[in-house]
Amino acid sequence: MEYHLTTPLKKEDILKFNTGDVVYISGTIFTARDEAHARILELTEKGEELPFDLEGSVIYHCGPLMQKREEKWEVVAAGPTTSARMSKMTPLLLEKHNVLALIGKGGMTNVSEALEDSCVYLAFTGGCAALAAENIKNVPTVHWLDLGMPEAVWELTVENFGPLIVGIDTKCNDLFSEIEERAGKVLSDLRI
Amino acid sequence: MSDISHNDVVSATVDILKSAETVLPEDVVNSLKAAKQKESSSVAKAQLEAILKNIEIAGKSGIPMCQDTGILIFFVEIGREVRLDFDLEDAIIEGVRQATESIPLRPNAVHPLTRNNKGDNVGDGIPDIKYDFIEGDRIKITVAPKGAGSENMSALKMFNPTETEQIKRFILETVLNAGGKPCPPIVVGVGIGGSFDKAARLAKSALLEDMDKMDEFEKDILGDINSLGIGPMGLGGDTTALAVHVKKAFCHTASLPVAVNIQCWANRHASAVLGGDE
Repeated sequence: MEYHLTTPLKKEDILKFNTGDVVYISGTIFTARDEAHARILELTEKGEELPFDLEGSVIYHCGPLMQKREEKWEVVAAGPTTSARMSKMTPLLLEKHNVLALIGKGGMTNVSEALEDSCVYLAFTGGCAALAAENIKNVPTVHWLDLGMPEAVWELTVENFGPLIVGIDTKCNDLFSEIEERAGKVLSDLRI
Repeated sequence: MSDISHNDVVSATVDILKSAETVLPEDVVNSLKAAKQKESSSVAKAQLEAILKNIEIAGKSGIPMCQDTGILIFFVEIGREVRLDFDLEDAIIEGVRQATESIPLRPNAVHPLTRNNKGDNVGDGIPDIKYDFIEGDRIKITVAPKGAGSENMSALKMFNPTETEQIKRFILETVLNAGGKPCPPIVVGVGIGGSFDKAARLAKSALLEDMDKMDEFEKDILGDINSLGIGPMGLGGDTTALAVHVKKAFCHTASLPVAVNIQCWANRHASAVLGGDE
């Protein structure tokens, strides 16, 4: 199946996704990787408000390459980063915030329970930063630039951002771990 | 005296960085195209199509093909007849600073513990520059920007000398553990022998080898890797790796170091030659 969605997402939109489906997203997405995840969790724990609204949001595991032209930030290249690094912080993030989709690459470890009935993981082709940049139309604002360009939270306006492959759906199906499991079996059967 | 100047090295450094970040070497592109032709999985084919389209956009627009413009690794070959009246390392560093602004490159270099980012891709030990001396009156500068997604999936093991039979399994296990994380289809650089650090350096320099030139041992490992079915981006398929390159060095009789350096599909590198008669 192929789906075209606009943010803020609604839960019923994502519940129907199955692994292998193709999704395109339009609207607003927030970049967040290691340091941003750590800060979101730290502020949430202290009960402090975040400077951006994660309700029904889409988080993009991405450390973009940006350029400031005439006081305005522009995207140069913005492909996905390795999502697995955010695996440990993701369950707590989803417990505290109603994030409905994660975009990244390479899959995540032990998150399918945390995603059950609440969030989907979408894979964008890794390294395709020039391709991704074509579908990012605007950079309304940036938060936490003190973390450095790759680690800051960039608000991006996207149009038909994709193709995204549903890697982990809301029913605990994980395409990446299925393939890795199969690969592990092939290796143990190899006579080498 | 050679007539290579500080400015020559600075501008050559900027040029090869621009080229490496925006245009993939022809052998790598051809290898990706061949993989797309052979793929039986439609999801895998779509991933390879996206990669090829991305390469095209990056080349046409002169923008980096990946936002991870890497940590900058230089291999410099210096002809023994070359005499320089300036600091070569200073010139390369200046080139990195200028390229970071002008291309631009993502500032990736941070302090290992404070994670402080100065913003110019320069810091203690970075860019990483390896020097070799060769015959002649030229300097060849090669840059290989290395992204962290694939670098983080690399591994090194100190085997016992009698365990040569286990090397292949170690390479395959490293690829399996990496799964979709290093942006497959990958290139696998292997260093066998030398010392702890030499093995890693051999593995890294193996990534610069011509994609198609593989011996039987390398082809054999490649076949086994692709039988795993991890596929482009770990979404399944026939192409997990595009090439395997192995470099060897003599080692201590009591040791057998093996390093496996994983490289994403964006096997970026470019070179410039300075000096000589032309």
